[in-house]
Amino acid sequence: MKRQSIAYLVAILVIGITVVPLIFVILGGFRTTQQINSDPAGLPSPWVLDNYQAILTSPEFWTFLGNSLLIAVVATTLAVALGSMAAFALSRYNFRGREAWYTLFTIGLLFPIGVATLPLYLLLRQLEMLENPLGVALPEAAFSLPVTIVILRPFMRAIPSEIEDAAVLDGATRIGFFWRIMLPLSAPALTTVAVLAFVTSWNAYLLPLLVFNDSGNFTLPLGVATFQSQYSQDTARVLAFTALSMVPALGFFMLAERRIVGGLTGSVKG
Amino acid sequence: MSAVPSGLRRKLELSLFLGPALLLFIGFVLVPMGLAVYYSLYNWTGFGSLGEFTGFQNYLDALTGSVFQNAVWHNVLIAVLSLVVQLPLSIALALLLNRKLRGRAFLRVIVFAPYVLSEAITAVIWLLILQPGGFADQVLGAAGLGGLVRQWLADPDLVLFTLFVVITWKYIGFGIILLLAGLQGIPAEVREAAALDGASAWQTTRHVVLPLLGPTMRIWIFLSVIGSLQLFDLVWIMTLGGPANASTTMATYLIDHGFKRYEFGFGSAVAVILFIICFTFALLYQRFALRRDTQGAVG
Repeated sequence: MKRQSIAYLVAILVIGITVVPLIFVILGGFRTTQQINSDPAGLPSPWVLDNYQAILTSPEFWTFLGNSLLIAVVATTLAVALGSMAAFALSRYNFRGREAWYTLFTIGLLFPIGVATLPLYLLLRQLEMLENPLGVALPEAAFSLPVTIVILRPFMRAIPSEIEDAAVLDGATRIGFFWRIMLPLSAPALTTVAVLAFVTSWNAYLLPLLVFNDSGNFTLPLGVATFQSQYSQDTARVLAFTALSMVPALGFFMLAERRIVGGLTGSVKG
Repeated sequence: MSAVPSGLRRKLELSLFLGPALLLFIGFVLVPMGLAVYYSLYNWTGFGSLGEFTGFQNYLDALTGSVFQNAVWHNVLIAVLSLVVQLPLSIALALLLNRKLRGRAFLRVIVFAPYVLSEAITAVIWLLILQPGGFADQVLGAAGLGGLVRQWLADPDLVLFTLFVVITWKYIGFGIILLLAGLQGIPAEVREAAALDGASAWQTTRHVVLPLLGPTMRIWIFLSVIGSLQLFDLVWIMTLGGPANASTTMATYLIDHGFKRYEFGFGSAVAVILFIICFTFALLYQRFALRRDTQGAVG
């Protein structure tokens, strides 16, 4: 039983190291900057609601949140819709160059977005898509396609061809088969890729940084970083802002935990 | 294959299914990538007409410049530190968390939580914690380690290690979850058989469990190295690569030159070098390490 108590000790230590920074941020939002400066690790005394209240009633935070949501939803929808169609073609059709196309997508897995950013920025400038949510959502969807296709193709491949034969006998076209049978059967994998695309887009920083200059268009990660440098003297306010920015990600994670974990562990095994 | 439609119809269907994804992928991923190669051959600010053609001069300048060489070294150092610190740590913690513990499910969620926060939020959290005289310093003081207090982000000798600690905080949960999934894939009979043959718990772990975790570890190593090579958000927000370039990475170097100094051609050359490094690593790794585990998952 000695081993067991060591295990508990380590577990508690791990929880502590993980959680203490988060608690510091959340509790810090309930203090004043003076309190924090004089005793950084102290507890709120008295508890101050002003910081959270100021941020929750300022349009800024909600604008950032709305922008992030809009971009993530558009990027996710595009990645899942186009990705599932492509995965269907690459898994259920035999045609020349199929593996080459597939390899092309998988090479995309190795592209750091930073590599393509400079020309991407010029391209978006040319298309007059700077300061436009689509200017971020479209590239993000494009960069999410490789992982979407890599997860969906084996999944769609594994669906037995007898089901397809039966559908065809019943008079379904390929498109009907895709829509009415393939997509519903792929639902678990679709959820996984949707969650991954959503999280990636939601957390993106570099592309929004380059595309948006007007703070009215900022996404949450961009907003948090800007807010921090703008109000660096007012630690309490920055802590409250950061704490509130964590809420959507952590909330979404609680809801989608199994999908995120399953997606990551599943995806890396091909 | 069933009921193959006629040629034209088939082609139409194929392009309907594959076309939009290809269009998006080519337009926003492959074309910019190709353009990066093109621009890298010019001395160009990114504004007005394409500047003077300079061939491989930008590449030469980057590769022979000490700041870029240091940036590559920083990326490599982070990758190596991840391998020697994060991997053993994740394995040890995963083995521990694989035991029957009360609240184990809760523990897993908690450990994984930092991974879902964006690097931007993570960076801001730790900027606030590491402020001089701030939370981290006070905690050290309270633990009787006040003598250890340093300029965590302003000391050129220290900044990279401080960043590594933050990276570890954010990403360790990912390693643990991945390895836990791997551990769950090892049938209990295998361990039982080893125990029946008289192996101690340590021997079982060392000679049975760890080798069976090999595929999971190799995947983790791949993702970790690629991630280390591409490191950007966290460093950019916390230090901008400073002080005095002590924490520059290839990606911060490239964005700094491309967007702050308007050396677009030069920045593109750096981008291409970064891509070649990632790609070469991926190919070699695929060939020599991953081959046994995955068929065609990457590359």
